[in-house]
Amino acid sequence: MKTETRTSLGVGASAPRPDGALKVAGAFAYASDLWLDGMLWGATLRSPHPSAWIRSIDVGPALALPGVFAVLTHEDVPGAKFYGLEHADQPVLAVDQVRYQGEPVAIVAADHPETARRAAAAVVVEYEVRAAVTDARRAALDPACPLVHPGGNVVRHQPVRAGSAGSGAEVVVTGEYEVGMQDQAFLGPEAGLAVPADDGGVDLYVATQWLHVDRDQIAPCLALPEDKVRLTLAGVGGAFGAREDLSMQIHASMLALRTGRPVKIVYGREESFFGHVHRHPAWMRYEHGATADGRLVYVKAEIVLDGGAYCSSSPAVVGNAASLGVGPYEVENVWIDAYAAYTNNPPCGAMRGFGAVQACYAYESQMDRLAAACGLSPVEIRVRNAVSQGSRLATGQVIDSPAPLAAMLGELAAMPLPGPPAYAPSGSRRQGGSGARARGMIGTREEPDPRRLPGGVGRTTRGEGVRRGVGYGVGIKNICFSEGFDDYSTARVRVELLGGEPHALVHTAAAEVGQGLVAVQAQIARTELGVDRVTVAPADTSVGSAGSSSASRQSYVTGGAVKAACEAVRRRLEALAAADPGLSLGELLDRYGPVEETREYRHRPTVPLDPVTGQGDSHTQLALCVHRAVVDVDVELGLVKVVELAAVQDVGRILNPLALEGQIHGGSAQGLGLALLEEIQMRDGRVLNPSFTDYLIPTILDMPPMRLSILENPDPNAPYGLRGAGEPPTLSSTPAVAAAVRAATGLALPRVPIRPEDIALAHTG
Amino acid sequence: MDARITLRVDGRVRPLALDTRTTLLDALRDHLSVTSPKKGCDHGQCGACTVLLDGRRVVSCLILAVTCDGAEVTTAQGLAQEGEPHPVQRAFLEKDAFQCGFCTPGQVCSAVGMLEEVKAGHPSEVTDDLTGPVTLDDEEIRERLSGNLCRCGAYVNIVAALREEAES
Ligand code: FES
Ligand code: FES
Repeated sequence: MKTETRTSLGVGASAPRPDGALKVAGAFAYASDLWLDGMLWGATLRSPHPSAWIRSIDVGPALALPGVFAVLTHEDVPGAKFYGLEHADQPVLAVDQVRYQGEPVAIVAADHPETARRAAAAVVVEYEVRAAVTDARRAALDPACPLVHPGGNVVRHQPVRAGSAGSGAEVVVTGEYEVGMQDQAFLGPEAGLAVPADDGGVDLYVATQWLHVDRDQIAPCLALPEDKVRLTLAGVGGAFGAREDLSMQIHASMLALRTGRPVKIVYGREESFFGHVHRHPAWMRYEHGATADGRLVYVKAEIVLDGGAYCSSSPAVVGNAASLGVGPYEVENVWIDAYAAYTNNPPCGAMRGFGAVQACYAYESQMDRLAAACGLSPVEIRVRNAVSQGSRLATGQVIDSPAPLAAMLGELAAMPLPGPPAYAPSGSRRQGGSGARARGMIGTREEPDPRRLPGGVGRTTRGEGVRRGVGYGVGIKNICFSEGFDDYSTARVRVELLGGEPHALVHTAAAEVGQGLVAVQAQIARTELGVDRVTVAPADTSVGSAGSSSASRQSYVTGGAVKAACEAVRRRLEALAAADPGLSLGELLDRYGPVEETREYRHRPTVPLDPVTGQGDSHTQLALCVHRAVVDVDVELGLVKVVELAAVQDVGRILNPLALEGQIHGGSAQGLGLALLEEIQMRDGRVLNPSFTDYLIPTILDMPPMRLSILENPDPNAPYGLRGAGEPPTLSSTPAVAAAVRAATGLALPRVPIRPEDIALAHTG
Repeated sequence: MDARITLRVDGRVRPLALDTRTTLLDALRDHLSVTSPKKGCDHGQCGACTVLLDGRRVVSCLILAVTCDGAEVTTAQGLAQEGEPHPVQRAFLEKDAFQCGFCTPGQVCSAVGMLEEVKAGHPSEVTDDLTGPVTLDDEEIRERLSGNLCRCGAYVNIVAALREEAES
C-alpha cells in the first residue's frame, strides 16, 4: 500500500478553497441567509444609557402588538443570569442596572422583523441615570473613582520586572501614546437561527469563532445539559475577534424555547457596533534608556487598557500587552505595568492582534524616537536591538525557534522603493505630453494624476503641500493561547471508499471565518493520507472542541489535530497493508471497511505569568512581521495616501501560499485602518459613529499595492514547522504607517488613528 | 400599502406583492429567498448588496422594489451560465480575491458592471478624452470599485483578478 504519494493539492500548494466556488457565486449560506418556514424574528432592546439603574420594565405594550410571540427580560432567563469568556460577569439581559450604552435589556420574537423591532421599542423601561465612569486611567489608578463592579475597577494588573530599575543610560526618550477604540467591523453582521428540538434542547446555527465555548456559556443560562445545546457553524462573514464573545446566541435560544418556533436574529450594522466587543483603547507611557550607540539599557512602561463594562477577554489581553510590551528587542532591565479597567464604555475584548497591537504602536514609536536621539536610522536602531533565537524576553522566556529579525529588517530595507511621487517637486513644474502618463501625469494636462495624490479625485491638491515619508514597524505576536490555558483541538478523520474511490472525511469543530482553514485541513489530509478526494465536514459540536479561530492558532492546533488523526488512520492502514501485502488502498478499504480515528492535539504547555514579577514561559510560539510604509501626505489638509506597504514575515512553513498572502494583505489593511481611519468615537460613554459612513474602514482606494517576502524558518515544535500568520501583520503595519506620516510631516503624532486635523491644524497652529 | 410588481431575477419571472416601502434588497432576500446579495449595512455604505439592474450596477438596499417593476435583476448567482462561473468569478477564484466571501457577490456584480461601463467607454473623473477608449489600469480599477468594502482586506487580490480581466 502506498500512502506517501504527494498529491498535487497537499500542504504547500495553493489549493483552492472548497467553499470558494459557492462564495463567488453568492450561493454560500451565511448565518444571515438562514431561513426556516414558520420561523420568528428576534429583536433586542438595548440601553440608551451608559450607566443607569433600571427601576421598572413594562413589556405589556410590546406584547399587545399583533404578531408578537414573546417578550423576555432577565426574569425569563431559565438558568444562570450571567455569562462570560473568563468571568461570568455579563448579564444575559440587564438585571436591575445597565453598565454600557447598548446593553441588552429585553428581547422580542415576532412574525416579521419590523414587528419585532417595533415591539422592542414599545417595551417601557424606567431608568435612573447615573454618572458614567469613562476614563480608564482614572478607573484603574484613582482609588476615589466610583466602582463599575463591586469587586473593584481593575480587571487585571500585570507587572513585569526584569533586571534593575534606573540603570544608567546615556540616552533617554519618553513618550505618551494613545490608541483609539477599533472595531472589527466584519462585513457579515451577527446572526443565527435557533431551532427548538423535540428533546427539549435547542439546535443553534450561528456565525461564531468557537462553537464549544459558546455552548459552554449558553447551556448554563438555558439550564440545559451540554448535550441539549447543539451548535453548527453557519457561514461566517468575517470575525477578527468580534465573534469570540456571545452576541445573540442565548437570546435566540431563549426565544425559540419559549415560543416553540425557530427564531432568527440578525443585527443591523448600527446594532452590530453595539453587539460585540471592540479593541481596547490604550494609554501608554514609555521610557526607553539606551547607550549612546543605541543599545537598549532599560524600558519602563505603563499601559492602561479600557476594558469597558464587562470582563470579556481583558485579562488575557493584559497578559499580552505586558509580556510583549517591549517588543522583539533585547533589553536587560524592564519595568512594565499593564492594566485593564472596568468603565462604562462598551466592553472591549478580542480583536486581531489581541493586546499586542497597542503596545506595538507605542514601543515602535519609541524606537523611532530613540533612533533620532542616537542619530541612527530607524532600521539600524532596530537591528542593533533585535531579538534572535536564544534571546530572552522580559518575561524570562527564551525564544527557542528561529527569530531572524535583523535579517528580516535587512531584507525589508533592501526592497526597492516605489517610483517618485506623482507631484512636481517644489520649484519645478513638470510638463505633460508624451510619456507623461508613465510618470503619473495625465495625458496632455500639466497636472499630476489626482488618483495618485492624497485626496484622490476630490482634487484637493495638485501636489502643493504634499510630502513623502517612509516608516518602519516591527511586531511580535504570541501564537495560540498562552498563560497555562489548556489549548487543544480535536479532529476525526475517516477514510472509506466512495464511488469506488478512496475518500477522506475530515471533521472538526474549527470555525472557517475566511482564513482558509477548510482548504488547509483538506490539504493536510491529502498530504498525510495520499488521498486526493477529501471532504471537510461542516463544523459542529458533535465532535470535540477545536478551540477558537483566534490567536492565529487554527493551522497550528487544528492543523496539528488533523495531522495526528490522519497519522493514526495511516498507521492502521499500514498495519492492514502489512497483513495483506500487495493490496492497493482501495482494495484494503474494500476488504476491511472504513478506517476512522479521532485525535486531540495540544501544543506545549505554557505557564501563567507570575503575578508580581511577570516572569514565566507564558507563550508557546512567537511570530515576527516587519513592515515598511511609504506615504504621501498633504500637510495642508492632513490627508494621507499610503503609496505602498512592504512586509517580511516568517511563517515557518507555508501551507497555502495564496491564502497566506491574503492573510498578510488583510492584516496589513486592518493595521493601516488603525493608523489612519478607524476609531469608535466616544463621548461620555456614548458611541458617536456607529455606521460605515462615520466609522471608516479602508476601501480599495486606501489599500496600496503590497510587496511581500515570506520566510520559512521552521519552528521544530509546531506541525510542519509552521508559525501562525494571521495576526502579526496587523501589529507592524500600524506603527510603520504612523512612522511614515511622521517622517513626512515632522510631527510627533502620538495617537492613532492619525486624524487630518492632527496634521493640518498642527501646521497652521 | 401593498403593490404588485414583477421582477425578472436571474432569468426567472418573479411576481411579487409587497409593501411599497420594501427595498429591492429585502424583496430579493426576504420575499424571493434570493440571498446572493448580502446586507452589510442597509444604508448604501458597503456595496455588499450590489446587483445589476437592467445591466447597471446598483446598491439594492437603496432602491425601492416597486420602482423596479418589469426590470431585469442579475445577482452574482445569476452571472454563472449553465453552472459555469462567469469569467470574473473565475478570476476571483484564481486570485483568491476574497476571504470570508461576504462582500464577494457584491464585488463580483460591481466588477461585471464596471467592466461593461469601461467597454461602453464611460469616462471617469480622470478620463482625458471623453470620446476615446478607457484605459483600465490598477488605479482606474480601484477608482471604479471604491464603493465595495472588503473588511477581510482582499483588495490586493481583487485588483489582481480584475487586472487580468481588463487585459483579456
Ligand atoms: S447593504 Fe447595501 S450598500 Fe451595504
Ligand atoms: S472577503 Fe470578507 S469582506 Fe470581503
